[in-house]
Amino acid sequence: MTTTAVAPGTTPRPPMPIPDIERSRHGPSTIRHGLTLAWRGVVKTIHSPEALIDVTLQPVIFLLLFVYVFGGAIAGNTTEYLQFALPGVLVQTVVFASAGTGVGLAEDLHTGIFDRFRSLPISRSAPLVGAIMADLVRYLTSGVIMLVLGTILGFRMHTNPLNVIAAMGLVMVFAFALCWVFTALAMLVRQPRSVQGIGAMIMLPLTFGSNVFVPSDSMPGWLQAFVNVNPVSKVADAVRGLLTGGPVAAAATTALIAAAVVVAVFAPIAVTLYRKRA
Amino acid sequence: MDTVIHVEGLEKSFGTTKALAGVDLTARRGTVLGLLGPNGSGKTTTVRVLATLLRPDAGRATILGHDVVAEPAAVRARIGLTGQYAAVDEALSGTDNLMLIARLLDMPRRAARVRAAELIERFGLADAATRRVRTYSGGMRRRLDLAASLIGRPDVLFLDEPTTGLDPRHRNEVLDQVRALAADGVTVLLTTQYLEEADQLADDLVVIDTGRVIASGTPASLKADVGGQRLHVRPLHRTDIPAVSTILAGLTDEAPVVDASGELTVAAHEPGLLHVAGGRFDEAGLAIAELGLRLPSLDDVFMTLTGRTAEDAEKQATTDEEVAA
Repeated sequence: MTTTAVAPGTTPRPPMPIPDIERSRHGPSTIRHGLTLAWRGVVKTIHSPEALIDVTLQPVIFLLLFVYVFGGAIAGNTTEYLQFALPGVLVQTVVFASAGTGVGLAEDLHTGIFDRFRSLPISRSAPLVGAIMADLVRYLTSGVIMLVLGTILGFRMHTNPLNVIAAMGLVMVFAFALCWVFTALAMLVRQPRSVQGIGAMIMLPLTFGSNVFVPSDSMPGWLQAFVNVNPVSKVADAVRGLLTGGPVAAAATTALIAAAVVVAVFAPIAVTLYRKRA
Repeated sequence: MDTVIHVEGLEKSFGTTKALAGVDLTARRGTVLGLLGPNGSGKTTTVRVLATLLRPDAGRATILGHDVVAEPAAVRARIGLTGQYAAVDEALSGTDNLMLIARLLDMPRRAARVRAAELIERFGLADAATRRVRTYSGGMRRRLDLAASLIGRPDVLFLDEPTTGLDPRHRNEVLDQVRALAADGVTVLLTTQYLEEADQLADDLVVIDTGRVIASGTPASLKADVGGQRLHVRPLHRTDIPAVSTILAGLTDEAPVVDASGELTVAAHEPGLLHVAGGRFDEAGLAIAELGLRLPSLDDVFMTLTGRTAEDAEKQATTDEEVAA
């Protein structure tokens, strides 16, 4: 019953507003405040289910469409195609979801709530870190949904649980890296609609111009060249290896390096733009 | 240390538009400083600089002795900000919004809950505390926004047009809260384009136009600067307006201003004007509904200082802003 303590009249207000609030400090403030803001992001997602559509319903529809519409034509039968496509769709899902991070941030910039955050004695990058941490929860949710749905549809993992966790981990790392790209984009164009539009222009070539849905053998040479250097292909290859068996190391290494480069380039850009313009 | 907010020669440009062209102002502890001006005059830019959201191009601003550019963290620890747009999260409940800010201020969970409940109560949001802000009315959002800026018991509170878009009842509620805060020792800087609101609330006023301070002082001294009293006459029948106007013009050598409600106003330089005018209206058989002397309103102040009404200034500023954007 904490409310009894605050019944009107029982707590005398100090005559002068002195900074008398209790404060507790544990750990580095960016992480601590980031976690608080991540909590906000997660509560927000739970409270507005429409925000979960892009990480739940949308990938489910994608998976069903691809497997049952194109699967037979691409791989001969849908069961075999599912086995090929599911790891890739897992990657594609988080690529799409990471664009949502940018849209969400652009929306926040317009509500004025970032002004409030920035006028508080907290680290300037805490709101960005918080938003990204909250979105990692969304990505994980969608990844798990994909795996469960895939298994129901007949996808079979041929490796051990540790490999499955490693696959999810790799996908999360890649999503984390990508969402800095969309965060930087959000800070640059600031209009949620523009972020969405430009985001789609980045995501579609990145996901379809990869080996996520179709092996690259049938593509023209110039496209194969792109597909083979596209980090999405590398992540998809590594995840395939981790879930259904096959080589992992080379693809996973390339994917991790790509992720590190993306973070190294885009995180400073995003934070700088945010400090300057938000 | 009586001076809480001190600003000297503040300048800020956006592209080629000069938003602030040398603003000076001072606010004393526990007072309300009204920053008055039309839209686009630089009020919001001033607040954003003082709240450490914008770096000024030139000039200096200190809050409780801390420089806003050199020591932003120290400044942020002492201020509360309520911007023009209610900066609350629509997807969270009222209580959760306040909890979020309290936790970001490093209050322990329990203390945060107590403080949030206290403010929810104080701002009359108890019935809606657990509802999502999306379902709140504009007035409720504003009150929650104000509550959020008070969580950390700031010494200085910036209110950027806190009553814009509120109906009169909610407007008065917000104004009452601001008065109570100042009485508690909080220094409030309030921007407004409502001259009447500044008049009611502010201890001191700074009038700005196109990024420049054009006048400052207490509301009473500003009015005195603009000139003495004004005579207001409202004939009972609107058809009598020309006749009343002719009499007033004859007495003062000045054409009276007629407003939309049918009230005529003229500067009252002669002390006996009220009496003389009353006699003339009687002689002419004109029925008068209202007749009296008044101090000039801040509308008159603005008109006298800038040679244009607040509304005209705003129209011009809006055009400038569009060009800048």
